[in-house]
Amino acid sequence: MYTQALNTAETDDRGLEDAGKAAQFQARIDAEERIEPNDWMPAAYRKTLTRQISQHAHSEIVGMLPEGNWITRAPTLRRKAALLAKVQDECGHGLYLYAAAETLGSSREELVDAMLAGKAKYSSIFNYPTLTWADIGTIGWLVDGAAIMNQIPLCRCSYGPYARAMIRVCKEESFHQRQGYEIMVTLCRGSDEQKAMAQDALNRWWWPVLMMFGPPDSTSQHSDTSTKWKIKRFSNDELRQKFVDATVPQAQYLGLSIPDPGMIQDADGHWRYSEIDWTEFKQVLAGNGPCNRDRMAARRKAHEEGAWVREAAAAYAAKRAQRQTAQAAE
Amino acid sequence: MAVANIQVSETPLVLYALRRADDALILGHRLSEWCGHAPMLEEDMALSNIALDLIGQARELYTFAAQAEGKDNDEDKLAYLRDVRQYRNLLLVEQPNGDFAQTLVRQFFYSAFADLYWRAMMNSRDATLAAIAAKSEKESAYHLRHASEWIIRLGDGTDESHVRAQAAIDRLWAFTGEMFAVDDGERALIHAGIVVDPGALRGRWLTTLSDITREATLTLPQNDWMQQGGRSGRHSEHLGHLLSELQSMQRTFPGLTW
Repeated sequence: MYTQALNTAETDDRGLEDAGKAAQFQARIDAEERIEPNDWMPAAYRKTLTRQISQHAHSEIVGMLPEGNWITRAPTLRRKAALLAKVQDECGHGLYLYAAAETLGSSREELVDAMLAGKAKYSSIFNYPTLTWADIGTIGWLVDGAAIMNQIPLCRCSYGPYARAMIRVCKEESFHQRQGYEIMVTLCRGSDEQKAMAQDALNRWWWPVLMMFGPPDSTSQHSDTSTKWKIKRFSNDELRQKFVDATVPQAQYLGLSIPDPGMIQDADGHWRYSEIDWTEFKQVLAGNGPCNRDRMAARRKAHEEGAWVREAAAAYAAKRAQRQTAQAAE
Repeated sequence: MAVANIQVSETPLVLYALRRADDALILGHRLSEWCGHAPMLEEDMALSNIALDLIGQARELYTFAAQAEGKDNDEDKLAYLRDVRQYRNLLLVEQPNGDFAQTLVRQFFYSAFADLYWRAMMNSRDATLAAIAAKSEKESAYHLRHASEWIIRLGDGTDESHVRAQAAIDRLWAFTGEMFAVDDGERALIHAGIVVDPGALRGRWLTTLSDITREATLTLPQNDWMQQGGRSGRHSEHLGHLLSELQSMQRTFPGLTW
């Protein structure tokens, strides 16, 4: 999962670098060539991508927590297995993305430390709580749905390792999205209580999900460089509109109402949503969401309590290497 | 809101399948508690993977039990609507995760047994059980390799990891005897060639444990007093809490489709 809101490009520093190389680099981008780890790239390109890919990885890992909250309480064995497999997929995405970020020269440890120190961000959507089983369906349907909207264009991102990682991630995300929607269909065909549970979850997740696409284009400051470098291919508002247009009919099919009484369909068929409360978005981003503290505490606890295990693994690997060297010398 | 427990006619074959299904579900559930909280991402993946295998085994065994019983029960009713006194799993698998060493020692003790057990069960005269065994054996072999590697790393890692691993072995040892115990009903199934005698596997199980713990510079306890009770529904206090969480949805919203 991922949010564009987190992308903040470095200022263009090509002036400090070899102008010829920079022009060549841009020409390759314009020709839709993939940039690979050993290729020359502007320092700002490297820094922007490291930040974006690592934030994406952190989001996958923190994103395991709200859904993990229901693994032990899933209502049937089939749902339990599917949810566990799904959360495991998110972990796999995280690992995959850290590996992609490492090709730009930062280690996973450094990147994780930055997140645990509160210096690196993760998607704000994971700072909302999962209160009922319907939240698990809604996250799959809407949060993964929004993530797919964001990530499909990233499959064509100019940086090769990120683009390739996204192809695999998108395949799994679209499976998760269908799985989530299927949970919603089941709830909406169920008892009044189940349907109310589904509606309540939609009410709580709708606006935070729209915020996943980032601030409106009118206030978004940094997309120019990312667009020029073909890291980003569509604007926040374009993707948000695409998502809303795709989602409204899905909600209608479920018999649920989008919690936006002012929403209307325009002459071109687009569903026009009401103004988003960006104050809430900023508050959550600033650390004041309902679960920011819990999420960070959970990640820090896992990291700290696992330290002795990682140390043991490293110590054993070192001992083993030493023994092998000693054996070879004999 | 209270929902009545289901009643299960525990013929020897049904009881047999329930015991193995409960082992797999409870251990899988315990491992799934780590998801998102493991010491490293690779272990979030590995423990979830093992949990998924075990939950998959549980589902097949519950379905087998329900068919053997031939009444209205199914995998979900068996998992979600029996209370602590009706659960038949080993005391070992319900023990809390504790630290990573305790989780891995629990897994090591169980997988070293399961690997041998399911391999032997592939010769069952019951074709369904033989097929479940064939799948479970492949999975258990990987679970055992994963756990063994960690026992060696922890035992021969740092002083701290050594102490923790040894403490976990000492703490969990008394729960291992139950794996090899057999009652009269199961004895009859053994004679009929439907299931295998777990007692016959203890020597090889002990060899695996001795080999791995020796390499890990750890020691196996000498005491042979063993705690029993899980197979007949006399559990530790831990299982009730696990079940109240596992079953909360089915108990709160009875009879719905999810």
